[in-house]
Amino acid sequence: MLIALAVVGVTTLAVRSSAVPHALERNVTDFSKTSALAQTGNLPSNSTEASIANAPIVTEANAELARLWEADGSVRAGEASDLVILRRLSLALHGTIPSLEELRLFELDTSPDRINRWCVRLLQDNRFDDYFAERLARSYVGTEGGRFLVYRRDRFINWLTHQLRANRPYNEIVSAMISGTGVWTGQGEVNFLTNAFDDDEFNPNKITARTVRAFLGQRMDCAQCHDHPFDHWTQNDFEGIAAHFSQVRISPFGLTDDKSKEFIVDDGTTEDGRMVAPSVPFNPEWLSESEARRERLAAWVTHPSNVRFERATANHVWGLLFGRPYATDRPVDDLPDPGTDSRLAMLDLLGENFRENGYDLKHLIRVIVATDAFRMSSVPPETNGDEETPDNWSVFPLVRLRPEQVIGSMIQANNIRTVDQNSHLFIRALKFFRANDFVDEFGDPGAEELQDRAGTIPQALLRMNGELSRELTSMNPFFAPGRIAAIAPTPESQIETVYLCSLTRKPTPEELQHFQTMFEESGTGTAIEDLFWIMFNSPEFSWNH
Amino acid sequence: MIHHTGFQSLFSSLTRRQALQIGLGTGLSFLLPTLEARATEKRGKERPKSIIVLWMGGGPSQLESWDPHPESSVGETVSKISTTIPGLEIGDTLPQMAEQIHHLSVIRSMVSKEGDHERGTYYAQTGYRPDPSVIHPSITAVISKQLKRDDIEIPQHISLASGDGFVVPRGGFLGADYDAFRIFDPGRNIRNMRPGVDEARQQRRLEGLDVVSNSFASLRQKPVAKTNHQSVIEKALTMMSSSQLEALTLEGEAQSTIDRYGDNRFGRGCLVARRLVEQGVRAIQVVLSGFDTHVNNLDGQRNQFAILDPAFATLIADLKERDLLDSTIVLCLGEFGRTPKINPLEGRDHWPIGFSCVLGGGGLAAGRVIGETDPNAARSNEEQLTKTTPPKSPVSIPDLYATILTTMGLDPYEEIQSPIGRPFMMSEGMAVNDLLPERLR
Repeated sequence: MLIALAVVGVTTLAVRSSAVPHALERNVTDFSKTSALAQTGNLPSNSTEASIANAPIVTEANAELARLWEADGSVRAGEASDLVILRRLSLALHGTIPSLEELRLFELDTSPDRINRWCVRLLQDNRFDDYFAERLARSYVGTEGGRFLVYRRDRFINWLTHQLRANRPYNEIVSAMISGTGVWTGQGEVNFLTNAFDDDEFNPNKITARTVRAFLGQRMDCAQCHDHPFDHWTQNDFEGIAAHFSQVRISPFGLTDDKSKEFIVDDGTTEDGRMVAPSVPFNPEWLSESEARRERLAAWVTHPSNVRFERATANHVWGLLFGRPYATDRPVDDLPDPGTDSRLAMLDLLGENFRENGYDLKHLIRVIVATDAFRMSSVPPETNGDEETPDNWSVFPLVRLRPEQVIGSMIQANNIRTVDQNSHLFIRALKFFRANDFVDEFGDPGAEELQDRAGTIPQALLRMNGELSRELTSMNPFFAPGRIAAIAPTPESQIETVYLCSLTRKPTPEELQHFQTMFEESGTGTAIEDLFWIMFNSPEFSWNH
Repeated sequence: MIHHTGFQSLFSSLTRRQALQIGLGTGLSFLLPTLEARATEKRGKERPKSIIVLWMGGGPSQLESWDPHPESSVGETVSKISTTIPGLEIGDTLPQMAEQIHHLSVIRSMVSKEGDHERGTYYAQTGYRPDPSVIHPSITAVISKQLKRDDIEIPQHISLASGDGFVVPRGGFLGADYDAFRIFDPGRNIRNMRPGVDEARQQRRLEGLDVVSNSFASLRQKPVAKTNHQSVIEKALTMMSSSQLEALTLEGEAQSTIDRYGDNRFGRGCLVARRLVEQGVRAIQVVLSGFDTHVNNLDGQRNQFAILDPAFATLIADLKERDLLDSTIVLCLGEFGRTPKINPLEGRDHWPIGFSCVLGGGGLAAGRVIGETDPNAARSNEEQLTKTTPPKSPVSIPDLYATILTTMGLDPYEEIQSPIGRPFMMSEGMAVNDLLPERLR
């Protein structure tokens, strides 16, 4: 019964753009209500959010972009269409393309500044917290399951999701991770530390390297064994930070600190090793007065004057929105020192604004989304001719979707309604299990997910011939191919609906002509299956653009 | 219907047959048949070299296999049998290998620095310890890159019968192109390798793909070309229509042959590995897991070695018979061994100091036994698992790989660059002189 109702709702959506049977439309009451909201522009928080485009920080950021383009002699690309921007936004914040249901709503919203308002809407959706927690967690704890006895990745993710849902200031989230104590099953944040247990022993070096990378955006791992050849980090600096973590111990009552324990480094120079006192490489006045070494360090890392913290966060969030970090030519967690590269002035601007707004991650996202860089078309301006487009955000980059975005988009395209926590249990289960298998087979880039990487042959084979893609393109009365075949009245509206479901756009006249011929030759069912297959394998589907 | 037959358009190269009809001289060389040097046509020492790694996942017990010590106080264990190498005795779990071992050598003094499965596997497959700033390529990835062949249309780095993700050898900083291509159930179904629809329909799909791709690419020619999306799909299509795919099946193999290897995932994996070597594939891993016997060690080890023994022995005999052994290195290795001390659950725990591996073929010296362990020596400081006295003539993982690379004609000290320009040697170890081919010693 429930399924039947849902199907009726789905049908309506499929045909909304063409001749709508009015009797059917009335069945989708909840949907109509939301669309009424959208039309009046009366979305939650709308009144305050609409102004972000005029915020001084957005103006400054756009001026900074313009400065870069002028210095490089670049001509900026045109504006992308709102549908394309919505697709980017949805991929970045929810890990999927927009559903047909959302597209219909979006099309009904004709008041100005709708992208910025939809950004807020997407941020308020629970799918954002779930998805972003997983993305952020990769730089904190990686992707490995690790030692189940003392480390529970699921608890960590769960904790982080709740912090995002509550919109807890990011400096507090980070402090909690560095200084947390307690049981890893109860206090989710403790898993940031228990993740660093190797062979039953706590590894302060591992957690030090990770802390500096994830929160300060710099790599001092090399300084673990020797002075860094390029930067000013020394082995002493590294050991000094590591000493803050050296008192960690674990007992049945959870993770605590043994305040009497000293940090002994066994470097082979002396028989018994050498004692290292906690220290920081610069500005020790940022340390707090706390007794607990980790609390002192947390205060130092997140100190308002520690611009590395805010710059690193701005670069990382930018990376999650665009698929590549602002500093495009380096790993996301390896920024040069502040003030050494004027091309990265954007990070200073965004970082400062992030801090002044109470380290509010959602605010930072909204600012970046409001900049010209996010609105840019991926079509290079004609004047570019044979010139290589420089990496300065004057053209939106083509970035390969990550595996979870590919599978999330395939599953969403297969469902006309939005796949979220309100979806039918069966669809959510399918999404969860199939997505995990697919990501595993597709190759999960793990913590390195923002690095540029090539597509592989096994991935192409999986998309073309894999079981899941066969399932998702096949005629089934409950999913998009079957629904579209059954309800959309003409091949033209069927083709258009498949395009919207999968590429978030309508077909061009040439495409329409080609596929109308295909529909005539193959018959509707086969043609719709083939059309979904074609979409899933097209570069437009698997690249952010 | 719109016909796309021009090679200018994207995705138009379809089936092998069609490609051959039109394709000569168009520069799409990967669509052409393998014109020369088909590996099957060359035998003996001159043949391009390959490597097969039999990966014993979980930590096989040296005491119940290549290094038995029933006379020492190592708990309930196997008895010894003599072998075709004079003086060498191995566990009674490996009767068929006892007949083939003279083609190979045994190292009983392997030492690792990692006692955890995931870290140990990483180290034993790459020769480098895990490092948060870089992912090292596995040795098989390095070999498949350094000895890459242009005439192979199927993957040149393949993992057969693999289970856990971390056991699949990675390309690491060499790139995902060098990740091992995974086949879960060797010889049974070649997942994802065949189109799900008939030829005419596949053709229509590719034509449609051409249309959609063109409308995306027409405005962004350079950026789209840089994505390589098209060439990856073309290579996948080439593979799907390649006759070399047959090497991944068991077509033409008698059931009696399959039974000699063992009709299980690992046995069929070893048989497919032989077929891949014949086809010229460079680097193949076949996985047998289940050696992590913290509980009831003896039964667990016996079960797994009963799967290994016929498969390994038949593989060696088969390679020898087909004159492929001189060009194929076979290495049997796990991430570490198991403790001489039996735990309260009749199990053995992880033991990274003084475990065994077996290797041979490809020109390596045969019939050698390297190193010696004293299982009693460990009992005095058993609580210090990773800091026990090393065995006689210890061989590290990097040493092992330096030996293999040298034998395959590569220079282990040649540096390869990570993407951020950090140079790494292919292996930092010292080749084991006794194992090298005579001309290289």
